[in-house]
Amino acid sequence: MLLIPCPFCGEREESEFHQGGEAHIERPKNPDKLSDAEWADYLFLRDNKKGLYLERWVHRHGCRRWFNVARDTATNEIKTVYKMGAKPPRGLTKGRAK
Amino acid sequence: MASAPRMSKYSIFSLVRNALAYHEGWEQVWRSPEPKPEYDVIIVGGGGHGLATAFYLAKEHGITNVAVIEKGWLGGGNTGRNTTIIRSNYLWDESAGIYEKSLQLYEGLSQELNFNIMLSQRGVLNLAHNLHDMRELERRVNANRLNGIDSEILSTAEIQDFIPIINTSPKSRYPILGGSLQRRGGTARHDAIAWGFARGADQRGVDIIQQCEVTGIRQSRGKVTGVETTKGLIKAKTVGVVVAGHSSVLAGMAGFRLTVNSYPLQALVSEPIKPVLDTVVMSNAVHVYVSQSDKGELVIGAGIDGCHGYTQRGSLHVIEGQLGALCELFPIFSRLRMMRQWGGIVDTCPDASPIIGKTPVGGLYFNCGWGTGGFKATPGSGWAFAHTLANGEPHPLNAPFTLDRFTTGKLIDEHGAAAVAH
Repeated sequence: MLLIPCPFCGEREESEFHQGGEAHIERPKNPDKLSDAEWADYLFLRDNKKGLYLERWVHRHGCRRWFNVARDTATNEIKTVYKMGAKPPRGLTKGRAK
Repeated sequence: MASAPRMSKYSIFSLVRNALAYHEGWEQVWRSPEPKPEYDVIIVGGGGHGLATAFYLAKEHGITNVAVIEKGWLGGGNTGRNTTIIRSNYLWDESAGIYEKSLQLYEGLSQELNFNIMLSQRGVLNLAHNLHDMRELERRVNANRLNGIDSEILSTAEIQDFIPIINTSPKSRYPILGGSLQRRGGTARHDAIAWGFARGADQRGVDIIQQCEVTGIRQSRGKVTGVETTKGLIKAKTVGVVVAGHSSVLAGMAGFRLTVNSYPLQALVSEPIKPVLDTVVMSNAVHVYVSQSDKGELVIGAGIDGCHGYTQRGSLHVIEGQLGALCELFPIFSRLRMMRQWGGIVDTCPDASPIIGKTPVGGLYFNCGWGTGGFKATPGSGWAFAHTLANGEPHPLNAPFTLDRFTTGKLIDEHGAAAVAH
């Protein structure tokens, strides 16, 4: 069970939350001009990184608000949380799986 | 130093002979060679699927200059961490094809490998707890029959008769309305699958290299040329990657992305008790699956954890949920103690179907995305992947399972249809 520090409510148990997958994936601005490959990239292809991972969570059984979490998927250590729309804090850059 | 492949056969006579010699004469089941500088084919990952691939490459296609490279020990990943359930009652034709091929291979595998895989076709029963479940089960049973796969509907009374200890009371919170039964489904000894395939592959000349981690994939002009490992560079023009939960990590080394997400999946066993359950019971609605091992332990599994990860351990609240479901179905189990719990990292795909075939890199093939249900597919997956590696093109059985389907939109959506639980 993770303890997740909700930026609005403070630290709560994981069972109050729901994970919403990788963060910072923007919906294409011109969807009618996208190729099939670009759609596949947006919809399905994911970094699935081992190590630092930026992801979205929603405090489903709490304030019901979305936020971003920077977590190490190899250790489950939560490095930081930050609000939707904000850029990841310095030093935590979103890299592709290498 | 590579010794000549051995062909000693296990039999009642070899057992007697070795018993009379105080069991001191059994030879090693496979060699532990140092890697050669170059092979025809390298298989990354020494789990069931990888070893099966090596076995069928040697047996069906005569390709024996093959290395299986494993970073840990054979069958130490998901092959040794699953709940050993085998079935082929999938909804869609594509899935039915490959899972049924796998079940048929399982049925002859002990003879083929000369290694007892302890296949027990005790039946797999999927329960329905509401009208929607029941309709889905009936749809799937009909689809299975059209594909020549044995499948039947049981009424609540027939389920009570089939499993005397199950709680079919209409007063329970999620009453059992019926179920689907595949009598040819069941369980097998998971370790024996890995060991049997390893022995068969080794006997035919395949080098199995353990404690050797792949750290990079060498390419030249868009084609694979070899793999960098902790034991140095090993060259090959054909590389098959079968690494389950770490598939995205290997794909990252090769410079492309997959549609795979990795999650911990947990299982646990109870203390051993006398025989009470002679089949496999699965329920999607209350979400648990359970069978009883030959040692008497209940083997219990359910769904993946709530978030991505590579930790090979899961959250306690997930287990709490599945044990609640277990006690709902079998009140008799409520005072059992649980002995061991573990987690493996499963590679789930958006349509709950695997990827077996080509990648953007020439000569590099991936077999991944089996998610929570790979064990049952082990021989079929290896058989089809061996064909793909040997010919450079997929077999009709695995041709639909491309990475490309996420671009073309031709998904094979087995979510729920084939049961959430695998």
